[in-house]
Amino acid sequence: MDRVIEIEGLRKTYGDLAAVDGIDLHVDRGEVFALLGPNGAGKTTTTEILEGYRERTGGSVRVLGHDPAKREHALKQRIGIVLQSTGVDPFLTVRETVEMYGGYYPDPRPTAEVIDVVGLGEKIDERVRRLSGGQQRRLDVAIALAGDPELLFLDEPTTGFDPSARRNAWQMVKSLVALGKTVWLTTHFMDEAQYLADRVAVIAKGSIVAEGPPASLAGRDQMRTTIRFRPPAGAPAVPDWGQTPAGGGAFSLPADDVTRTIHDMTGWALDHGLTFDVLEVMQPSLEDVYLELTGGGQGEE
Amino acid sequence: MAAVVRQVRFTNKAFWRNPASAFFTFVFPLLFLVIFTTLLGNDDVEVQAGQTIKTSTYYVFGMGAFGLISACYTNIAISVLFAREEGVLKRLRGTPLPARTYLSARVLHAMLVGFLLVAITVVFGALVYNASIPTGVDLGLFLLTLLVGAACFAAIGLAVTGIVPNADAGPPIVNAIILPLLFLSGVFIPLGTDAPAWVLWVGRVFPVKHLVDAMRASYLGLPFHWSDIAVLGIWAVAAVIVASRTFRWEPGR
Repeated sequence: MDRVIEIEGLRKTYGDLAAVDGIDLHVDRGEVFALLGPNGAGKTTTTEILEGYRERTGGSVRVLGHDPAKREHALKQRIGIVLQSTGVDPFLTVRETVEMYGGYYPDPRPTAEVIDVVGLGEKIDERVRRLSGGQQRRLDVAIALAGDPELLFLDEPTTGFDPSARRNAWQMVKSLVALGKTVWLTTHFMDEAQYLADRVAVIAKGSIVAEGPPASLAGRDQMRTTIRFRPPAGAPAVPDWGQTPAGGGAFSLPADDVTRTIHDMTGWALDHGLTFDVLEVMQPSLEDVYLELTGGGQGEE
Repeated sequence: MAAVVRQVRFTNKAFWRNPASAFFTFVFPLLFLVIFTTLLGNDDVEVQAGQTIKTSTYYVFGMGAFGLISACYTNIAISVLFAREEGVLKRLRGTPLPARTYLSARVLHAMLVGFLLVAITVVFGALVYNASIPTGVDLGLFLLTLLVGAACFAAIGLAVTGIVPNADAGPPIVNAIILPLLFLSGVFIPLGTDAPAWVLWVGRVFPVKHLVDAMRASYLGLPFHWSDIAVLGIWAVAAVIVASRTFRWEPGR
């Protein structure tokens, strides 16, 4: 596998505070990798070290074979960066802006094509100052794509978006994958990581606490399914299927063989001529895993 | 070089579309020329011992210098501060565009705007206010003065961005530095012969008066003092040194 990003023992300290406390990660070519974590967990610090904006305190970092701290021209030509908040000249048009940035690279993509990829085709001759916030964010991505980079950094690309704008942005990221780009994404939305990423690493307080494909992150696929149920008032005592009381007359029941357990339960109910008030089968969600790993999403900025 | 020219083109487009920059940099000096010349233009003013010129001619050079300074110093300082605040500089830093290309383009564009302003001021003054048509003009010296002056004030504009913490503080600090100097250097009101000694010293130490004097002397064929060019040059070099040490790509906290 072609390693696009390799991070070993990365540390960044500000005084006594370790913003990034010894992390190891790698990203392979063509992958969408998401660094997921609450605010202040070290996502942006890590990303800006990879982009060459900040210097690391310790550890080693390779991006496309280069050390980003050297800020080499040869590396900058091959990466595209979408920072959390960066401006462009408000008085240029979308087309002029993308054209200007594309011109900084040796082999830019055609301007109109880049603008189409991010869905700004109809706004191509609009001045930047007249774009909405979501459209400006798309323009950020267009600018990052203008030089036809191999690797794209997207730092919280959808923060502040409404749900439909987020859906659109996700489609856009998916289209980057179709172009064969490698994508480094940071986000604090679980659903975003789940939808977009091939692989996710969860960062909390500067350390990686879990890493893997979203479906099996932190053994999520191994975790037991839980059945929650509540018999109707006045029902006879339920047999022991292994449940524990969960308050309000409800029970919670960890199940290894969900099909059989449900069969036993519904059989018992039908035999007694009653129906459960509540009957839920709960798969552990990525959100459960995430909240567990990051200590309830607590973080300090 | 092609990259610089390309960048100048985009800088130029954005400059003229921005009403604030086009007005304050471009229209202001011309407006001042009209106001001062209308109010005070019919007198004579002594510019060197035994040398008097019409006040309208005096203002052509004062406002020409003012135009050059607002295009180079004020415009560069404020536009770079805003670009820094908005994250434009940070974004550029992540692209392969070399910093020197971006900064050269900014300075070159400002100088071109400044030259245009001086040209308009001179033509406008001659046509409308009947300011003296120069005789014995030494065009070479005049252009040299404009070049060194523009470079000097552009460098000072860049240097100032290093000491201004954020864009909100930009216009007040940038103007607080230049406005008193413009007055104390006789740009708006002729200093006359009985100005206090400290005012004369301000004129000698800082670059504004040297720029005006050298422009006027070369244009009107009065005795040209190379010391004016030397002072502008020293300020330019000092400002480049300060700018290269203090220039920041991201806003201060």
